[in-house]
Formats: sequence, C-alpha cells, structure tokens
Amino acid sequence: MRATERLLERVAAPLDRALLWIVLGLLALGLLTLYSANVEAPARVSAQAANIGLALAVMWVAAQMPPQQLMRWALPAYVVGVLLLVAVALFGDVRNGARRWLPIGIGSVQPSEVMKIAMPLMLAWYFHKHEAALRLRDYALAALLLAAPTLLIARQPDLGTSLLVAAAGFYVIFLAGLPWKILFGFGLAGAASLPLIWSVMHDYQRRRILTLLDPTEDPLGAGYHIIQSTIAVGSGGIAGKGWLKGTQTHLEFIPERSTDFIFAVFSEEFGLIGNLLLLVLYLALVMRGLMIAVNAPTFFARLLAGAITLTFFTYAFVNMGMVSGILPVVGVPLPFVSYGGTALVTLFLGVGILMSINGHRTLVQT
Amino acid sequence: MSYAELKNTEREIYRFQMRVGFLGVLVLAAFGLLLARFAYLQVVQYGYYHTKAEDNRISIVPISPNRGNIVDRNGVVLARNYSAYTLEVAPGKVGDLEATINEIAAIIEIRPSDRNRLRRMLLEAKGAETLPIRTRLSDEEVARFAANRYRFPGVDIKARLFRQYPHGELASHVLGYIGRISDRDLEAIEAEGLAANYKGTDHLGKTGLEQSYERELHGTTGYEQVEVDAAGRGVRTLSRTAPSPGNKLVLTLDIKLQEVAEAAFGDRRGALVAIEPATGSVLAFISKPGFDPNLFVDGIDPANWEQLNTSADRPLNNRALTGVYPPGSTFKPYLALAALESGKRTPAQTINDPGYFMFGGHRFRDSKKGGHGTVDMYKSIVKSSDTYYYMLANDMGIESIARFLAPFGFGAPTGIDLKGEAAGVLPSPAWKMKRFRRPEQQKWYAGETISVGIGQGYNAYTPLQLAVAVATLANNGVMVRPHIVNTIENEKTGARTTVEPQPIRTIPLKPQHIEFVKRAMVGVNREGTGARAFARAEYVSGGKTGTAQVIGMKQGETYSASRVQERLRDHALFIAFAPAESPRIALAVVVENSGFGAVAAAPIARKVLDYYLLEPRSAAAEKPAPVPPDDHEHDPDDESD
Repeated sequence: MRATERLLERVAAPLDRALLWIVLGLLALGLLTLYSANVEAPARVSAQAANIGLALAVMWVAAQMPPQQLMRWALPAYVVGVLLLVAVALFGDVRNGARRWLPIGIGSVQPSEVMKIAMPLMLAWYFHKHEAALRLRDYALAALLLAAPTLLIARQPDLGTSLLVAAAGFYVIFLAGLPWKILFGFGLAGAASLPLIWSVMHDYQRRRILTLLDPTEDPLGAGYHIIQSTIAVGSGGIAGKGWLKGTQTHLEFIPERSTDFIFAVFSEEFGLIGNLLLLVLYLALVMRGLMIAVNAPTFFARLLAGAITLTFFTYAFVNMGMVSGILPVVGVPLPFVSYGGTALVTLFLGVGILMSINGHRTLVQT
Repeated sequence: MSYAELKNTEREIYRFQMRVGFLGVLVLAAFGLLLARFAYLQVVQYGYYHTKAEDNRISIVPISPNRGNIVDRNGVVLARNYSAYTLEVAPGKVGDLEATINEIAAIIEIRPSDRNRLRRMLLEAKGAETLPIRTRLSDEEVARFAANRYRFPGVDIKARLFRQYPHGELASHVLGYIGRISDRDLEAIEAEGLAANYKGTDHLGKTGLEQSYERELHGTTGYEQVEVDAAGRGVRTLSRTAPSPGNKLVLTLDIKLQEVAEAAFGDRRGALVAIEPATGSVLAFISKPGFDPNLFVDGIDPANWEQLNTSADRPLNNRALTGVYPPGSTFKPYLALAALESGKRTPAQTINDPGYFMFGGHRFRDSKKGGHGTVDMYKSIVKSSDTYYYMLANDMGIESIARFLAPFGFGAPTGIDLKGEAAGVLPSPAWKMKRFRRPEQQKWYAGETISVGIGQGYNAYTPLQLAVAVATLANNGVMVRPHIVNTIENEKTGARTTVEPQPIRTIPLKPQHIEFVKRAMVGVNREGTGARAFARAEYVSGGKTGTAQVIGMKQGETYSASRVQERLRDHALFIAFAPAESPRIALAVVVENSGFGAVAAAPIARKVLDYYLLEPRSAAAEKPAPVPPDDHEHDPDDESD
C-alpha cells in the first residue's frame, strides 16, 4: 500500500498539480461531449481515451526533461520540421483536397503539427543565444524563420495550423522585446497588404471570410456550418438542453461535431453556464502558464513557456470564436476537447514542457 | 555574472513581465468578448435560436384528406377514390429528366402518352414537388422498380388515392372532373387564404360539381409533426392531427333516369334538364356528347386533350348550363299567359291565320302553308300557330313581353349550384341598348318584336332556363331554385346538411290563366304536335314542341332540311311536365340540328317521363291513374310546330 503510494508520488512528482487538474478537467468535459456527439459510435470515445493515454505519457516524459535538453533539440527539431514540410509539399498525400500528410512506413505523420512546438522552441533558443544584445536584424531573422514554415503550411493548404504556428512564433518574438514601433509598423503594413493577401488566397479561404461576413448568403453551402453551429450555441440558452439532449447535435445538424465544431455540441447541451466553466478553465490554464513563464529562470524558458501558453489561448479563442460566428472558419480544434490524436499529443507535449520549466526552476538557479 | 549583466537581466525580466501583463490583458479582453458573444446568443437571442432549432428539428408533414364521394339520390356511387401506386419524380432532384425516364423505361413500361403528359405538367405546374411519370402501377412493376430504386434518386413510388368516375361519360358534365392543381389554381387558393389546407393536396375540382363543391369535397388537411435529422429523414413522429375527409354529396339526380335520357339521345347532340317543380331538385341533367372524366384524373395526355378540344361536337361544352338556344315555339305558352294576364287576349278571342302575317311590308310566314284558319288561344298552342303569336307580340309590344317573361327566369342565371352558368338573352330595348355600340344597332325595330313572339330573333336561353321556366309554370308560378346537391354528409360525424327547397319568387298569376295554359299544353300531347310522341301514355302530361332556326331564312323562302348543311339544320325542342294534375317532373329538351321538335325532341321527353313515372324502381310512389285511351289522335306530321 505504501509502496504504491510512493510510486504514485514519484510518478506525479514532476507534474504541476494546478496544470494537471485544469487539463484533466478539460479532458473530462471533452470526453463527455465527445460521447454525446458520438452516441451511435462509442468507439470514438475509447479511441480518444487511448489518445489521451498516449498524450499523458508524452507529457510525463516531457515534464522530466530539463529545459537545457530541450534547448539542445531546438535547432534539429526545427530543421527536421522544415525538411519534412518540404517533403510534404513534394511527396505528401492529398486528403480532402489538402496535402498535409507524409507517408512513413507504419502510417503517416502531419509535420505541420511538429512545427507547433518546434517553432517556439527554435525562436526561443535563437533569442536566448542572442540575449545579451538583441538587435533589429535578430528580429528580422526570427521573422524569416517564422515565415518560411508558416507559408509552407499555409500552402498545403492548412490555414488553421499555419495560423497557430505563426502565432506561436510571433508570441516568442513579441515577448523577446520586439520594439513597439516595429510592431505597429508591420501592423500597418499588414493592413495595407490585405488586398494583396486576398488576391493570393484560395477560393475556399476567401469564401470562408465572405461567409463569416454574411453566412445567410450561402445557407446550404459554406454558410451552413456557421449557421447551424450558431443555432446550436444560441438554442442552448443559459442552462443548456442537457447532456445527450442537444437536438442540433443528435439530429446531425452540426458538421464536424467531434472535431472542430465540438464546442457547438458542448454549448448546446451545457449552455452559458457550461461555456463559463470552459472559459474559466482556459483562463486558469493561461494564467497558470503565464505565471510559470514569469517565474522561469532563463530567457529561453520564459519565452518558450509564454509562447506555448499563449498558443493554448489562441487555440481556444479562435475555435470558440469561429463556432459562435465571430471569426472565420479555420481548422483549429478546441484544445484538450476536440477529437484527434495528433493535436492532443502536441498539446500535451506543450503542457509537459510547461511542467518541465516549472519543475526545473530551482535546479538551474542554484 | 557581472553587475551590468545582472542589471540587464533585471531590466529584461521587467520588460518580459510587462509584455506578459499586456498579453494577459489581451487574453482577458478576448475571453470577455467571447463571453459577451455567448451571452448575446444564449440569453438575448435565445428565443430566436430556440425557434430556429425547433424549425430545424420539426418538420410539418401534411396528410391530405380523402376527397368526398358523390352519390346519386339512391346512393349509387358516381365519384369515389381508390388507392393505386404511382411512380413520381421530383424534377428538382433529377438532373437529366429525359435520360432518367429513358432508363426507367427499360424497367417498366412508359408510354409515349405518359411522357407527353409529364411534359405538359412540367409546364403547367412548375411549383409542384413531385409529378407522376406513370400511374396505376401493377404489383409486379412496383417490385421491379423497388429493386432498382437506388439507381434513381428523386424518383419514388407513392401510394395515392385516385378519383374514379365509375359511370364514365354518364353525367360527366354534372360531376365534372378533378385535375392537378396548376399554378393559376394555386394563386386562387392563396388568394382565398386556403393555402394551408391545400398543402399536400395535388388535385382539385376543375369543372362541374367537383369544382362547385370543392370546399365540401376537399376536407381538412391533417398534420404530422415529425422530428427530422439534417438529411430530412424522419426520426420519429411527435404529434399527429388526423385529416377529416371531405363531405359526401348526395345528389338529387337519379343516375338511372340520367342513363335512360342519355340513351334516348343516341348519337345526337343536345341537352336535357329535368326538375322536380315543387323542390327544384334536378332529376336529370344531360349534355351530349359527354366525355370520360377519368381521362383527366392523373393528367390528361395531349392527344386526348386535343381531341376533346378540337372536336366539332364540343364534348367539353356543358350545353345544358352554358349553351344558349332560341326557344322556338316552346315560348308560346308563356306568351299566351302574358296575353291573358295583361288582358290583351281572352281564351275565346280568335284570329284568322291565312299562313302569314303582314307587317311593315314584310310577310312573316307561318310554318304551316296556308295557315290554321280560325285560331283561338287553345288551338294556337295545341297546333302551334305562328300567325297568332306574330299578332300577339305586335299587340303586346316588346317592353310588355320582356317585363312579363322575366319572372320566369328567362335571360337570367337560375342560381343552380354549378359554376359558369350562362345568362342567356331576354330581348328588350334596354338589352339592345346595352348590347350594341352603334346608335343604329341600338335602336329597337318593331319588326324585331314579331320574331320574338315565336321564340326566335334575339331570344337565347339555356336548356336549364327552359326547364326552370316550365317547372315554374307547372308549379303554378312558384319558382324554386334548381339544385343538384340534395344533402351534404359528413361521414365521420354523421352530420348532414340538406338543401331545403328555396323559393325564389311567386309570380302573381291568376289560377284560371295557369289552368288554361296547362290545359292547352295537355292538349298538345293529347291532340296536338306532341300527340304522336305521347300516344298511349299511361299518365296525363303537358308539353310544347319547338323548332328553332339556326340560320335566318328569308321570309318566303322555304326550309328544306336536306338542302341545309347538317350543322345549320333547325334545333328540335320540347318542354313538358307530368302528371298534369300535380306535376312531379318538368323538363326541357334540346336536340341540336335535328329538325322538328315533335319528331326529334318529344320522343326523348316521353322516354324520360315514362321511366320516371312508371318504373317501379324510381321514386314514383303513387302511380297516376291510367288515362283512358285517346281516340283523338292526330298525325303530328301535318301539324306545324
């Protein structure tokens, strides 16, 4: 008895309790919602449980790893990631009209997913190396390091992932101290170049933006997702329709209800109260992450922890924003809730890194 | 670590903290925005989205009611429904309709007429959800298509109720027919605010009783609330409001009598209306030729439609209701009555009939060469003297004639319960003024009054009007609104609405005048122009023959049937009532282009009266006393008409 207790203690030792509870809370809500969305196919729920097991293991391993070790992997991970992206562009499998998957012996991987961690890792490492005297050209180079893979992913096309990768990189650059002048300068330039971006966008990307502006324009086509998910959210009311009782969900009006649109299911069945709980959990996750970042011992650890945490926020905000109809539909899952193994593993790798940074704080400072 | 480095690090940490703080505020703002959005959707707009979700979820499926049956006075079914399988296509869901039909034709037979019908419907009812490709599938055809159904999305087999008219052509103009709701019908339905009740209904009455009693026959559409998924598949039924079937119509018509009358016409064209004088009940209502209303039920194919529409016989024309004919000599009894009432003649007053009447240098000829000699009023009716009425009309004047005859319903719709009744023309100077534009046409000429006197000229009445007039006469001047529907029955609740006799007016006539005219009409059938047709009848009947000119003859020109084209020959007419003492039936017959009324029309009337009054099956309860054989027989051939 005492032996198992001690074992459990040893296993849990490197894990940050606050982060763990928050994430487990999100996972629980996710499984409940996933079950409701797949009453006819409960296999999905057990598959997700398996994903969760794997992801928790990844988190545990990552949490053991000292940040110095991570730093050593930054450059190789980034280089391999970019090479894989190039390989995808050349040899990737096309699924649903997008070239995202690279076949390897036993299956296939999605290299863009790797980039979600490799990008902040690389940039945090780069800024850490030049910590003493950061100059403009460092920011310029960082921007270049950010832009290359982002564009490769956007070209697949995978707007959602490229957005998340870009965000992760941007957070590092911003936290590293990007001067406000430059930020605003680029902001203005970006706004000015919107027409150009518009002209190089894919038709379906343009349609998504147009549909966001007026979903009723195309109620059976591109607008259908947004209209139906908004109805699901709105009809949930304050208290929700109750678990397993969402009509929009169970009569199959919500598309992608296990993955990108799972929030519509949650929102319909648990209402505003459920949404509030979810927001509180995400806010707690972000606050805890930012605390870890602020308290981190090294520049590298601070930047990495801050960027990863803010990526979680980006996930949550973009997903809930799109499902409730205030952001365009981009393929971003609801973190820790949506079905999908790859995304889950990446997310938990991030959580593990946060825990590692938190756990190895004192070690380095002495 | 040097001091400078340490200071640098501290500054760096401070800057980092500031940036994290800035982003933290951004995160709070973003989540605040989300929360505001959720509150807006889930609290402020909750009602709207709740309704939307319910609309999504619940589909209202109409259940169309069974159309009411139509039966005759004895309960014989004239229109009913039967269930059959149809193959229906949703044009919106099928890409290449022609190709699809070709493929289906390999599995079940699609006749060219089916294709033509579908083509016609596509043009007429663009709004229809589904249209039939084939109707009345056999069980084998149903099975064969069902096995191949997956190949034809948008094409499905449906069980539908079809209207059936078991008697075919018989009484087709009375019953009318139903047809698919056209875009124009739909507009009318919407204008009447009945759109909800016609959801799921694709047929409605187009003519006849089917049209006139559409509201009664249709019934009330039921609804089923079905929960559907995003693909529109029904998941379960939430609630159901059963439809109430349409009401049953019990007619005043006797289909056996109708059959006898139609048979009596043979191949000839014409119309007959028989009425029970006291109640206005229409006992028989014939327009020949008829048509098979069953052809229209699932959409008539263009070949049949073309044929019915272009035939010179105009079978779709309801002659009894909308055909107008000059009454010819059947007009004389009313004029005689007018003369008595106005005091222009007494029964005993005689005139000399030399065979013509001179007026304004014109010779109005009598149909009997040489005339009838000395003619009193009785003889004027029995032998049908034209000269008597030329003179009478001249003496009375057109205003007086029109004023006196209008109460009999001449020149005005009778108010029968069928739509589309023609008004006819009772000529008068006022009518002529309204009818024509140019002043020289608007003027009434005294010569025109003369031809009105023998039922020619501008006179034009529907056979229904002629029947109502003779029924009014038989009913001693009490005019009752004619009606074909006797009872409207709700078969579910058993509630019945019976149409009570509706007297329109009582014409103030002196009883002895009516008696006299009726007696003269009995004389027609006993010793006058109707005597041959009514020889050895077992009841006493009154009648009057008539022959109406189709083309104007120059006065003095003799009419020769053989010389005149068939379509331009005279129409034969006959009006009658029986039994004379208390008439139970009054009728008017028009036989087109058949010459003398005595020859062509009176025998039809005889058959109808015989059947109605003598057949034990018919409603005739008391048999009239047999009339002693009349040795007073005349040869009608030498009678004029």
